[in-house]
Amino acid sequence: MPRSLDELLADVPLFEGLGDAARSLLAGCARNVHFDAGDRLFREGGEADVFYVVRHGSVAVEAFVPARGPVTIETIEAGDVLGWSWLFPPYRWHFDARALTVVRATVFDARCLREKCDSDPALGYALMGRFAQVLIDRLQSTRLRMLDVYGNGNRH
Amino acid sequence: MATATVTEQRGPGSMVPSSFRVAERVQDTVDTWTLTLEPLEGAGPSIGAGQFMMVYAFGVGEVPISVSGPPARPGPVVLTVRSVGAVTAAICGSEPGTTLGLRGPFGTPWPVEAAGGGDVVVIAGGIGLAPLRPVVLHVLGQRAGFGSASVLYGARTPGDLLYTGLFDEWRRAIDVDVTVDTAGPDWPGRVGVVTKLLPAARFRPERTTAFVCGPEIMMRFAARALLDRGIAPERILISMERHMDCGIGLCGHCQLGPTLICRDGPVYPYSSIARWLEVREL
Repeated sequence: MPRSLDELLADVPLFEGLGDAARSLLAGCARNVHFDAGDRLFREGGEADVFYVVRHGSVAVEAFVPARGPVTIETIEAGDVLGWSWLFPPYRWHFDARALTVVRATVFDARCLREKCDSDPALGYALMGRFAQVLIDRLQSTRLRMLDVYGNGNRH
Repeated sequence: MATATVTEQRGPGSMVPSSFRVAERVQDTVDTWTLTLEPLEGAGPSIGAGQFMMVYAFGVGEVPISVSGPPARPGPVVLTVRSVGAVTAAICGSEPGTTLGLRGPFGTPWPVEAAGGGDVVVIAGGIGLAPLRPVVLHVLGQRAGFGSASVLYGARTPGDLLYTGLFDEWRRAIDVDVTVDTAGPDWPGRVGVVTKLLPAARFRPERTTAFVCGPEIMMRFAARALLDRGIAPERILISMERHMDCGIGLCGHCQLGPTLICRDGPVYPYSSIARWLEVREL
């Protein structure tokens, strides 16, 4: 028997600790989606009107670099959140996202969610705190990779 | 384990290299080779997982190299070497038949026997998988003696990954998860830091031993992530690297606080070395 969206959201690490009522509010803005390998979830410059929670599969966040082609910046795996450009104006994607495998995800309508957060500040605060943690984790990962720690340190 | 003790290694003979012949030389990546060295005399040393040899390219110089072959078994010595300078370039360029000088084994081994019965997590970064391969080989060889086992491996690019030809075989018995820092569109795997692999790894923290080797900053981040997952600091083992010259605790070049890494390490419980990793003057 297929699980309801409320049940699916209960397993999402991002929403851990949220009460049933809050999860129901979120579920009201969500639906399940499916992508085949190679499908594009969004493209740089496009309207950031959604975000995804990946439930199965892997998504590459890419930047197109002239003369090099697409470069994968990070991969998003099951349980991870994809997309935060929906949070702040001008609500435009900064990178591309492409399914590396078959992907099953839950997609959230950004306008719907922003409206619910505006009318329920407690929900907005809870959600913003969770997204801040995601942003911090990604920022720290990026900083670590900027160090190029696997470069040649020992010159003997 | 049939390895010489550090005390035994400190005799005058420990400074005299023994001659080994390059029997096989396999290129792993654009700058890394794995050499199999056979002793010109005797059966070869029995080397604990995680121990290192001082490898002498005659007329060029000597460097410490961790052994990457099967542990605790007399026979040929297997070394994976990254060419980053004059000595390592000479070693990597040694064709079969070349003679190299070896001293050792030196240092403390990974406590693989003590980890038996529990779960194992191996976290490797870059060339750091080489010193951990003996751990993996030990777990594979004694598979029933361990619980869950995971190898989490990160490298700069897909082309920098070591031992990729072995991963399918390893995956029949243990979990192997790989990530790289950067990749083109042809790479179907993960991109991100190695610690990102940890949340999906299967282990019971209270029964887990973690073996970590890679760049020091990566090990610091990995150790913190392992602590966050509930693994006790004394069960997080890391392999330290500093400039080593003598290999037997005499020259002092590898001193880190109160410890000499060649003599007391390179393998340490995080609980005993963590505070020295935070002293910036060292």
